Amino acid sequence: MSPTAIDYQIMWNRLIAVVEEQATTLIRTAFSTSVREAGDLSAGLFDRQGRMMAQAVTGTPGHVNAMAESVTHFVREIGPQNIFEGDVFITNDPWLGTGHLHDITVVSPAFRGGQHIGFFACTAHVVDIGGRGFGPDGNEVFEEGLLIPIMKFAERGEVARDLIRLVRANVREPDQVVGDMYSLAACNEAGDRRLQVMMSEFGIADLDGLSDFIIETSRKATHEAIAKVPDGTFCHTMQVDGYDDPVTMVVRLDVEGDRLRADFDGTSGMSRFGVNVPEVYTRAYACYGLKCAVAPQVPNNTGSLEPFEITAPEGCILAAKRPAPVSVRHVLGHLVPDVVLGALHQALPNTVPAEGASALWNIQISARASDPDSGLPNREVLMFNSGGTGARPEFDGLSATAFPSGVSTMSVEATEHVGPITVWRKDLREGSGGAGALRGGLGQTIEIEPREGYDFFFNAMFDRVENPARGRDGGAAGAAGRVELADGTKLRSKGRQLVRNGQRLKLSLPGGGGYGAPGDRDRDDLDNDLRAGLITPEQAKQDYGFGE
Amino acid sequence: MNRIGVDIGGTFTDVALSHTGGLSTCKVLTNYAQPEQAILDGIGIAAEKAGLALSEIGQVIHGTTLVTNALIERRGAKLAFITTEGFRDVIEMRSENRFEQYDLNLTLPKPLVPREHRFTLNERMGPSGEVLMPLDAAEVDRMVQTVLAGDFEAVAIGLMHSYANDAHEKQMADALRTAAPDLSISISSVISPQMRELPRFNTVIANAYVQPQVADYLGRLVDRLKDAGVDAPVFMLHSGGGLISVDVAAEQPVRLLESGPAGGAIFAADFARGHGLDSVLSFDMGGTTAKICLIEDGEPKTANTFEVARTYRFKKGSGMTVSTPVVEMVEIGAGGGSIASIDSLGRIQVGPRSAASEPGPACYGRGGEEPTVTDANLLLGRLDPDNFAGGAIPLTTEASETAVTAKLASHLDMSASDAAFGVTEMVDENMANAARVHTVENGRDIEHFTMIGFGGGAPLHACRLCEKLGIKELIIPPGAGVGSAIGFLKAPFSYEATRGLFQRLEGFDASAVNAALVELEEEATAFVSAGAGEAETTTRLTAFMRYSGQGWEIPVVLPYQTFADSDRIKILTAFEAAYRTLFGRVIEGLGIEITNWSLVVASVLPDTAPVTRHASGAAVTPNRTRQFFDAALRKPVDAREVERSNMTPGQSVDGPAVIVENETTTIVTSAYRAVGQGDGSLRLIRKGEAS
Repeated sequence: MSPTAIDYQIMWNRLIAVVEEQATTLIRTAFSTSVREAGDLSAGLFDRQGRMMAQAVTGTPGHVNAMAESVTHFVREIGPQNIFEGDVFITNDPWLGTGHLHDITVVSPAFRGGQHIGFFACTAHVVDIGGRGFGPDGNEVFEEGLLIPIMKFAERGEVARDLIRLVRANVREPDQVVGDMYSLAACNEAGDRRLQVMMSEFGIADLDGLSDFIIETSRKATHEAIAKVPDGTFCHTMQVDGYDDPVTMVVRLDVEGDRLRADFDGTSGMSRFGVNVPEVYTRAYACYGLKCAVAPQVPNNTGSLEPFEITAPEGCILAAKRPAPVSVRHVLGHLVPDVVLGALHQALPNTVPAEGASALWNIQISARASDPDSGLPNREVLMFNSGGTGARPEFDGLSATAFPSGVSTMSVEATEHVGPITVWRKDLREGSGGAGALRGGLGQTIEIEPREGYDFFFNAMFDRVENPARGRDGGAAGAAGRVELADGTKLRSKGRQLVRNGQRLKLSLPGGGGYGAPGDRDRDDLDNDLRAGLITPEQAKQDYGFGE
Repeated sequence: MNRIGVDIGGTFTDVALSHTGGLSTCKVLTNYAQPEQAILDGIGIAAEKAGLALSEIGQVIHGTTLVTNALIERRGAKLAFITTEGFRDVIEMRSENRFEQYDLNLTLPKPLVPREHRFTLNERMGPSGEVLMPLDAAEVDRMVQTVLAGDFEAVAIGLMHSYANDAHEKQMADALRTAAPDLSISISSVISPQMRELPRFNTVIANAYVQPQVADYLGRLVDRLKDAGVDAPVFMLHSGGGLISVDVAAEQPVRLLESGPAGGAIFAADFARGHGLDSVLSFDMGGTTAKICLIEDGEPKTANTFEVARTYRFKKGSGMTVSTPVVEMVEIGAGGGSIASIDSLGRIQVGPRSAASEPGPACYGRGGEEPTVTDANLLLGRLDPDNFAGGAIPLTTEASETAVTAKLASHLDMSASDAAFGVTEMVDENMANAARVHTVENGRDIEHFTMIGFGGGAPLHACRLCEKLGIKELIIPPGAGVGSAIGFLKAPFSYEATRGLFQRLEGFDASAVNAALVELEEEATAFVSAGAGEAETTTRLTAFMRYSGQGWEIPVVLPYQTFADSDRIKILTAFEAAYRTLFGRVIEGLGIEITNWSLVVASVLPDTAPVTRHASGAAVTPNRTRQFFDAALRKPVDAREVERSNMTPGQSVDGPAVIVENETTTIVTSAYRAVGQGDGSLRLIRKGEAS
């Protein structure tokens, strides 16, 4: 019985459930906070040519086509003749995986009846990878930790003991990191079990026909969606704070029929610090932004990703060369959608949002006893926080909400149990949304004080302090971010700083840009904003001309 | 005692009356303006069927979706929320994420209390209940004036860390009660004393929002019942699957949110016990949604948080997370009324949009033009157009064919019956996938479960679902159309008291835990004895635990006892066993934390009589042969049609077969055979399985 179109549709549906299940298993077992809270992982199925057939939708668009490309690297490095049943491959090479050493990618070939039919792959962010630890301070990737080249984690079911010993000797949390490596392999096995059941149910011996169906259907739909974008060349530039120096991102979109190319020529050169982005990660976020606007409904697979042709010249900060440091490549990566959407806006007016806060304001706090002899233990606290998103053509921006990342924040009560800090405030930052016919989302204000007996260090990695999110079509910029003490003392927005006992750190997160002229804002919406205190009476008058 | 269960659903109000002569049931349309009127009508009909006078009813047990509907439809009180300065926007900022990654036009649900009605107090508790900033009297007075000036019908109070120290919440509430004795006031340290501000604030707000309305409704109900001659105590089924008095329900209506569906799970649990089944997946499919619940050792699985009022295709994260004890269910937008469509990739999609009962599926002939799951079932021969709902609703096959052809088949270049097959397979896939993920999340293997299917749609789909899930046995109980109402009659009196108490296990402080447990037991026992009197009770103690650094706790059931510090080891062992069950391994060398405690006190139920189970038997005589489309075989098959009433204990029919009754139709696929059981259930067993 050869499969019908309906069978293929059902199998496609099932495969998406299989990879979602793979991802769910990882989320529940992983140790790093960012996997659990931010969904910093991915899981997918590939055919034997290394073409991605299905991928789970997780919290990290950054993995979307980074992982999609990685399997072809594995096939090339390992060699098709060396792929055996029971093998498991591994790497954390930032340029061949998902952009920094903390992400480990595991690929397991799938077999049926002794024949190699495809691959399961998954990626997770591990708690530690040695080196300096997670942060931008390394000047070469060598300082950032252990790099595992593409190799076999297991061959014909036999785990590579020497690799395990090497990893254990090089990371700060060996049990958790090695445990997560096994979890990654196990989640691929779980996926494989489901796949085999499905293949029996539908009576297929290989994945070739199904893979062609999925990829060609998706490719066609994506090209059709791209063909609806008017032809032309659209350039856009955006400046952001960067780490040591401001970064200019430049993109040129060429749309021609059903082809869409984006190139980042003209973008600033590399930084000495770990904010550099490998090209694969730039492609992932650029593609995510474009796909949201052009073809959001097509599931992720090789067919839906390849039509977006994205390049960056080697050596720019968005296509860092080895051995550049890349540890916190997500900060600039998160800003990439804003610049590509700005270019796309010229082709597709009234579709894309204004710029937003975009880069997360994550705070890593290291609490230390004020008196080293007091015997109070060190504590580490990690908080995820988001500013406002840009206003949309028909809706206001979202306040204190992550975009493009999918991270969630944690409960303040739970955080206060983790470490000796008091969060005195975490609420909306009034007046921070960019004015416009549609208002930008508000940022938030956070105030944190060390508890009795403690000081704390925090590692600042905050953008949009010097370069706020710009509005669109007459909309005003959102408020810029601010980093200070509650008494008004200004602090740096980058680097490690000390907050002493009795002082209070105050973070004012950026708002999103507005959309359309503020004077065109609906009066009822303006009234509501005023009543709710989302804008101030002065703003209503000055920015919106209210009461005139 | 004659006991009556009443379930008010979105469309129907179901009544089940248990009396010495057996069980009488009936369904009447829900009356939105006066829900109690439908109850009185239904009770009247059921009592007449049973030949009882209304005065002979000894107990009324009630559950309802009205509380959930009030939240979804935003028909609640004008409400003020009082919280700690700096945390005014917790309920608006939510978890700061987007529940749908690819939708640039995503909007988030609006908070129940608008920002201008959220007020803050200068005060602060610390995580261990220590006062970081005292609440002074002038501050309280200022707030009282603010609230009084605002003309509010209800007030919710939720302060930071109030689960650890409720003094400031009580101080504020007392001042308000003195100033406005009739004002409805809910405080978070009573309604949901658990760590994590967002769910706790959501819960106290949801409670306050519906409290005046629910109290009013329940008061009217009790009065009307009395006037009608039903002079019996009224109890409510809470979301956790137990009964509470109508007074408690009026104070804490947030505990009623999932009461209807919980009744369904209890209904299934009762059959699980009767059949001696330890691992059961209950599958309840109606017109709009399907619900799945795990039942192990005869008990539905419970949780202490859930999401209510999802706004975006039933998507996780698009609703409001509340923390109150609940029977844990997965709900998917898949029912008989679910509408099928073609997406931009030419793929068939089903639901979550539903044609509901008006206009209903195209085949109802009430103006519905979109193809639904029911239309597809009709085209595939799984429903009989002349005998749907006992012939009460004649179905028009031509209308289904027109809808399926126009909206699906013509775009896909395939026949109407192929498209109809695509629709049923897709909806069955969606339900099977949800069931599989749910069991995986709980560290279970679905192949070892037995399915119990009920609700109007389940008997049509359950057998195919079992094929997809590798499940070998399926039970279709009798009375499946009013399952929740019957379930109400099987529920114990129970109350779950919870308390946030954060400790690291290495510094386990038994005295603090023991003190909290005494309070929890007093609280829970008081509520249970209000209904059950001196009845024998059981207690179940659960600690919510995790490794340090993890964000989610897992429930760890512990013996209920007075703890000593040295019991640390016993608790560690229990945690590791629970962790291993869920995740397959434990992690050496990590710290362990306890965050919340929960104590359930429940009255002991009479043992369910064991059912005589039959695995095979004499072949029943079919009415006739009719055809249906067997999905696994991808072709129409000749099926025996038999009357459910003929499926007496030990009577059997081999699939393919169709078992018909007024309420529903059971499809037995070619791979299964059905056998009548001692309790009126149908037992479907995969052919070739030893039993």
